[in-house]
Amino acid sequence: MSKGILYDATLCIGCKQCESACAQQNELPYDEKVAAESVQTDHKFTTVLTKDDKFMRRLCQHCEHPACASACPVGAFHKTADGPVVYDVWKCIGCRYCMMACAFSQPKYEWGKLNPRVRKCIMCPDRVSAGKATACAEACPTGATKFGDHDALIAEAKDRIKQNPANYVDHIYGLNEVGGTSVLLLSAIPFEQFGLPKIDRVGDVALPEYTGRVMNLMPDFIPLWGLVLGGVYWVTNRRKEVEEVEAEEKAMRGGK
Amino acid sequence: MTIMNVKVTFWRVLFVVIMIVGLYSTYVRYLHGLGAVSNMNDQFPWGLWIGFDCLCGIMLAAGGFCITGAVYIFHVERLHCIVRPTILTAFLGYLLFIVGLLFDLGRPWFIWHQMIYINLHSVMFEVGTCVMVYTTVLLLEFVPNVLERFNLVGPIRWVKKIYPVLVCLGILLSTLHQSSLGSLFLIFPEKMHAFWYTPALPFFFFLSAIACGLAMTIFESTLSSRVFGRGLERSVITELGGALYVVLWVIALLRVQDYMHRKVYMDIFKPSYESYFLWAELTLAFVIPLFMLSFKKVRTNSNLLYIASLSTLLGFVTNRLNVAMTSMETWVGHHYLPSFTEVSITLMICAMGFFLFNMAVRFLPIFEDEHAAAHVEPAIQIGEVPQHSLVN
Ligand code: SF4
Ligand code: SF4
Repeated sequence: MSKGILYDATLCIGCKQCESACAQQNELPYDEKVAAESVQTDHKFTTVLTKDDKFMRRLCQHCEHPACASACPVGAFHKTADGPVVYDVWKCIGCRYCMMACAFSQPKYEWGKLNPRVRKCIMCPDRVSAGKATACAEACPTGATKFGDHDALIAEAKDRIKQNPANYVDHIYGLNEVGGTSVLLLSAIPFEQFGLPKIDRVGDVALPEYTGRVMNLMPDFIPLWGLVLGGVYWVTNRRKEVEEVEAEEKAMRGGK
Repeated sequence: MTIMNVKVTFWRVLFVVIMIVGLYSTYVRYLHGLGAVSNMNDQFPWGLWIGFDCLCGIMLAAGGFCITGAVYIFHVERLHCIVRPTILTAFLGYLLFIVGLLFDLGRPWFIWHQMIYINLHSVMFEVGTCVMVYTTVLLLEFVPNVLERFNLVGPIRWVKKIYPVLVCLGILLSTLHQSSLGSLFLIFPEKMHAFWYTPALPFFFFLSAIACGLAMTIFESTLSSRVFGRGLERSVITELGGALYVVLWVIALLRVQDYMHRKVYMDIFKPSYESYFLWAELTLAFVIPLFMLSFKKVRTNSNLLYIASLSTLLGFVTNRLNVAMTSMETWVGHHYLPSFTEVSITLMICAMGFFLFNMAVRFLPIFEDEHAAAHVEPAIQIGEVPQHSLVN
């Protein structure tokens, strides 16, 4: 059963417990200075954004069809059966295509290091496979960040909007975006106000499909194009040979 | 002569300066990491090195497959005399691409992972593999020059036997990775400006590679005829100019059709940050060269042809930089400008290219013109009629 996270901004009080728990879980430094940082970086995988009295949490969406995993030439990213999209640092060559490919700009880079890693939320895969909730969900005092079965969370999110339509933007961010994501977001104000990509801009198509359409042509294209080239070579070469032989014959006949 | 000497010294001084600055930046790059040397950051993970060194480098080296294809597959024998310099350019282009990659990759020491951790869904994997194999193919296409220099008849014969296969393979691989460089960008439709994001991107990348392959061959033949004082094959570059004219028209029409189809043609004329860059690109890549090449006088005049091809090259370089950088600036919300050290490394790589080209021409039989080669070959007994035409 695939797991997921539901973040409901209307329940969030902006205490940043999730940030702190995340830092602890991933052995990252965390103090007041880091807490005040509002951008995600190589040392801050999740951040709680504030706009007036509204909040929004940003983290890797753990896409159902992750663009990062599809893009990586060495397959350093993959989505586990539980839902988390994880990263194998020992494979990475550092091309940063994953960072380009992610619509949510989640992978961050250790620009200052000599053997840099790509860093992002990996949804506590060890905890999840052990049947526990993610560190952030466990730390959340209000239940704004909730961990659970993906399908159950979708049903719950729909239900919350239905119960209190006035409280919410009528959209579950991540239900269909880029083909669906394991992390679902609910908010009272439009998501793009917090820097999330506009809903109509990201669309519902799984991003790997765009490149997949071209890559799928390869198995047919390679033999076909090879055959055409070989064929053209054969024809032109043959013509040249024939010309040469004819010229020779002509010369011989002329000699007689 | 003294003027000549001074001139040569100027270029040498420039070369040394570029190398010293470049080496300093190299030192910074490998001692303090990518962040210290470049203006790349989490918002702009790809910068000048991908945009120019990789995307443009590969495009400018496309002459190799265009010309070998024309000569060995389509048997356009007239182009024989430019095969060697074009292969040299292509080979150096790909080598320098790999050098550029060693700067750009965060973990260049694991570059070989590409060969063992295979992700067949990744466009980057496809590009990497094709480039790797094609560089080997180019090496084999190039190696007869070296063998000939040392009169190693046996291996030459061997390479000549497989030459048609090499050429076919080269075209196949080039088609794949030249277009795939465009496919790389297909996975982020949301980030790119509509001027440059089109599902036909791989197609345009392939076509622009052909245009630049031709333009680069004209450019480089004219330039080297001046620098090395060798006679220029007028008829040959005139023919290439004609081909370039046709290819540019094809691309221009397809571009128009693409803009019409996606209904963005009205935005093109509205002034905006992106449209300025687009205008620059279109003017350099299409308006100027198409206007110039439409005159027969231009196509038969090597100076004017040189200018037209230079404009084409600049135009398509602008195009690729636009695709890789300009198109994403609005999405990201700020501009990217390469840092001084980033630029200096790119300059160093270019300077290395010129230097190696120069050395190769000096020490290897690159510019042996056809008549000379035809005479030389029987002398070193490469014999057999059909083969003698292969590696000129
Ligand atoms: S949000 Fe980005 S980093 Fe996270 S799984 Fe999706 S594509 Fe990958
Ligand atoms: S930076 Fe590493 S993880 Fe990201 S795409 Fe490149 S090799 Fe894969």
